[in-house]
Amino acid sequence: MDIQFTEEQELLRSSVQRLLRDQYDFDARRKIVASEDGIGREQWAAFAELGLLAAPFSEAVGGLGGGPLSTMIIMQEFGRHLVVEPFVETVVVAGGLVEQVGSDAQKQAFIADIIAGSKLWALAWTEKGSRFDLATVTTTARRDGDGYVLTGEKTAVMAAPWADYLIVSARTSGHRHDRGGVSLFVVDRRAANLDLQSFKTIDGRRAAEISLRCVRGELLGKEGEGVKTLEACRNRAIGALCAEAVGAIGELNAATLDYSKTRKQFGVTIGSFQVLQHRMVDMFIAHQETLSLMQHLSLSLRDDEAGVSRLASGAKSKIGYAGKFVADQAVQLHGGMGMTDELNVGHYFKRISSINIQFGDPAYHVLRYAQLDAVA
Amino acid sequence: MELALSPDDAAFRDEVRAFIKDNYPEEMRVANPETDLSKEQMLLWHRILHNKGWIAPLWPKQYGGPGWSITRRFIFEQETTRAGTMPPLAFSVTMVGPVIYTFGNDAQKQKFLPRILSGEDWWCQGYSEPGSGSDLATVRTKAVRDGDHYVVNGHKTWTTLAQHADWIFCLVRTDPTAKPQSGISFLLIDMKSPGVTVRPIITIDGSHEVNDVFLEDVRVPSENLIGEENKGWTYAKFLLGNERTSMAGIGRSTRYISRLKKIVKAEIPEDDPAHLEFIRDIARVELDVLALEATELRVVAQMARGIDPGPAASLFKIRGTEIFQNITELTHRAIGNYGLAIREHPISANHFMPGPDYGHTASEKYLNSRKLSIYGGSNEIQRNIIAKAVLGL
Repeated sequence: MDIQFTEEQELLRSSVQRLLRDQYDFDARRKIVASEDGIGREQWAAFAELGLLAAPFSEAVGGLGGGPLSTMIIMQEFGRHLVVEPFVETVVVAGGLVEQVGSDAQKQAFIADIIAGSKLWALAWTEKGSRFDLATVTTTARRDGDGYVLTGEKTAVMAAPWADYLIVSARTSGHRHDRGGVSLFVVDRRAANLDLQSFKTIDGRRAAEISLRCVRGELLGKEGEGVKTLEACRNRAIGALCAEAVGAIGELNAATLDYSKTRKQFGVTIGSFQVLQHRMVDMFIAHQETLSLMQHLSLSLRDDEAGVSRLASGAKSKIGYAGKFVADQAVQLHGGMGMTDELNVGHYFKRISSINIQFGDPAYHVLRYAQLDAVA
Repeated sequence: MELALSPDDAAFRDEVRAFIKDNYPEEMRVANPETDLSKEQMLLWHRILHNKGWIAPLWPKQYGGPGWSITRRFIFEQETTRAGTMPPLAFSVTMVGPVIYTFGNDAQKQKFLPRILSGEDWWCQGYSEPGSGSDLATVRTKAVRDGDHYVVNGHKTWTTLAQHADWIFCLVRTDPTAKPQSGISFLLIDMKSPGVTVRPIITIDGSHEVNDVFLEDVRVPSENLIGEENKGWTYAKFLLGNERTSMAGIGRSTRYISRLKKIVKAEIPEDDPAHLEFIRDIARVELDVLALEATELRVVAQMARGIDPGPAASLFKIRGTEIFQNITELTHRAIGNYGLAIREHPISANHFMPGPDYGHTASEKYLNSRKLSIYGGSNEIQRNIIAKAVLGL
C-alpha cells in the first residue's frame, strides 16, 4: 500500500512547499512566535489565497473536495516548517464539525469565512479533570428562550486567544461522565461574560483557560450527540496531527543524519560510530513506519471505514511514541546544540511533545485501541 | 534503604538533618531553584554551610574541609539531597577547589581557597568549545606566553552560570605542536579581565543557565597557571572524576517520585485505566532507583574499606540521568493537558500559568532534563568508558 498521488495532489504539495520555503523559514517563524499575537496574519492570508483553507472541504460547501488526503499533504509540510497558525483548529476541527453536523444556515454562515481566511476558530472540550475523555463534561448549557446559555470552565484550549469563534462542549443533560447529554455550541469568543486567560504553550503557540458565565451559544448538531460527533472530529484531528508529526520526524532525521556526517569528534565524523549508526537506523525505521501508518489512517478517514476510530487511536499512540523516540535521539545526537533555542531541533522536539498531548497522549490512545478491540 | 551506621554516624546523620531543618533558607524554596534564584539567593545556603564548616565535605581539614570519613560525606550528601537543598556551586567547591589544593602552589592556595569556601568568588568552567564536546582533548583556545603573562584567545561554550562568575578555570592550548592531550594547560582567568565577553545561550526550556564565553587577547598573569605548563590534561581528568561522583542523584529522584505520586493521585481518578498504567510506571522507576541506591551504598561501603570504585561514577551518571529524565517525563505526562503550558522567562508573577501549582514547572523540568544525558560527558561516552576500563573491550 502506497498512495499514488494524483497530479492535483502533487500540485498541492509542491505549492505548499513553495509557499513555506518562501515565507516560512525558521527565522520567519521565530519572528511570528515572538510577536505580540504569536500568529502570522499575513501567512494565514497567504494560506487562504493558495486555497489551503478550502482544500479539505467538500465542493458542496465551497471547498476543493480534497478531503483527508489534502489535509495529510498540507499538515506534513506544516510539520516540516513548524507552522504555528491554527489550521488544525480552524479548518480540520471546527470547519470539519460545521460541515459534519451544522445546519445549512451554519455552513453558509461559517465555512465561507473560514475558507476566506477571515475567521479563526478553536475547540473548547477539555476541562479540569477530564484529561483526554471527551465525555467528561461539567460545563452546562441551559435553554434560554430560543437559544442556550453556557456556564462552566474549559481548560488549555489551544488557539483560543486567536479565535473569533469557539465550539464548546457542554452538558444539556446527564451526569459528569455520561456519553449522552453532551452537546456542541458555537460561541462568540468576544462574548460578554466569557473570560479568557491566555498563556504560551511549549511549542510557541497560544492557548487559554476559559470561563463562561451564562454565555449565549448556538447549538451545533443535535442535542445530546456531542460526544459521538466529537469522536469523528477527533479522528480527523488525529489524522492531521499524525501527518504533522511525520513531517517533523522527517526533518529531525534529515537534520540528525546531516549533523552526524559533518560533526567531528576524535578525528572522525560522529556518524562513523556504530552505536550512533544503529540509533539512526532505528530513527529511519520509525519514520518509515509512521509514514505508512499516516497514509493508512488518511485513506481510512477518506473512505470512512468502520474501524477508523480504533485505527486513529492506534496511529496516535504509535506515531506519538515514535515521534518521542526520534525527538529524544535527535536532541541527544546533536549534543548541547540540540538543547539550544537557537537550533530548530529543540523546537521540533517541543512540537512533538505538544502533539502528544493534544487530543490524548500515546498512553491514553494505546489503551483506547485495546479497549475497542475487546468490545469488538 | 539505609547504610548500617555506627551510633556515632547515626548521631551525625541526626545532627545534619536537624541543621538543615533549622537553617535552610525559606527564600530558596522556590518553584524551580535551578532557574529562579538570583546569585545572592543561591549564596545564602552556601554562606550558612560555610559558617558551620560544612561547605566542602571533600576537602582535607588543612584547607578548610570538615575532615569527614567517606561514610559521613555520603551521609551529608544523602541528607542534603533528600531535603531538597540547593547544592553549593559545584564548579567552585567540588571542581576547581580540589584542583587548586592538589596541584596549585602555596600562593594560589592562599589566594583562592578561602574565597571559594566563603562564596566570595564564583567560578565557572571553561572546558567545552564549539568543536570540543565529548572530545575535550582537542580544545583550541590558545594561550601564548608574553613575558610574565599569557595572551589567551578562544571561544568556550556551555559555560554554566558564567553570567554570575568572578573567575573561570580554562583548558587552554599552550603547545600547538604536541599531541592533543600533551599541549594543554590549566589556567585561572579573572572574568573582569579586558577581552572576556559572556553571551547567553537560551535553552529549549527558555532558561538561561549556560553561556558562550569569548576570550579575545585576554592577558592572564602567568602566576595563574596551575601546576606545570602542558600538564593540564592530567588536572582536567582529575576534576572530571569529581564532577561525576554525585550523579546518581538518589535523593533528588526520590523526592521527585513522591511528588509524582501526589500529582497522579490528584490528577487521575482510580477508575481511569491510565491510573494503573501510572502506578506501574512509577513502580518501575522506583525499582530503578532502589537498584541504583543499593549499588551506590555497596560502592560507598567498599570505598570505606579502601577499595577503589573504578569507573563506578560512569555507571551512576548513566543510570542517575536516565532515571531522572524518566521521572520528569512521567510528571509531565501526569499533568495531562496542562503539560501544554510552560512558564515564561524571566519568571514573573505577571505571567499567567494555568492549572495547579504542582504542575507549573513540569514542562520546563521535562525539557531541561534532556541535557542530563549530554553534559558532563555524554552517556555514550560513559558507556565507552565502562566498555574500555571495566570490560576491557
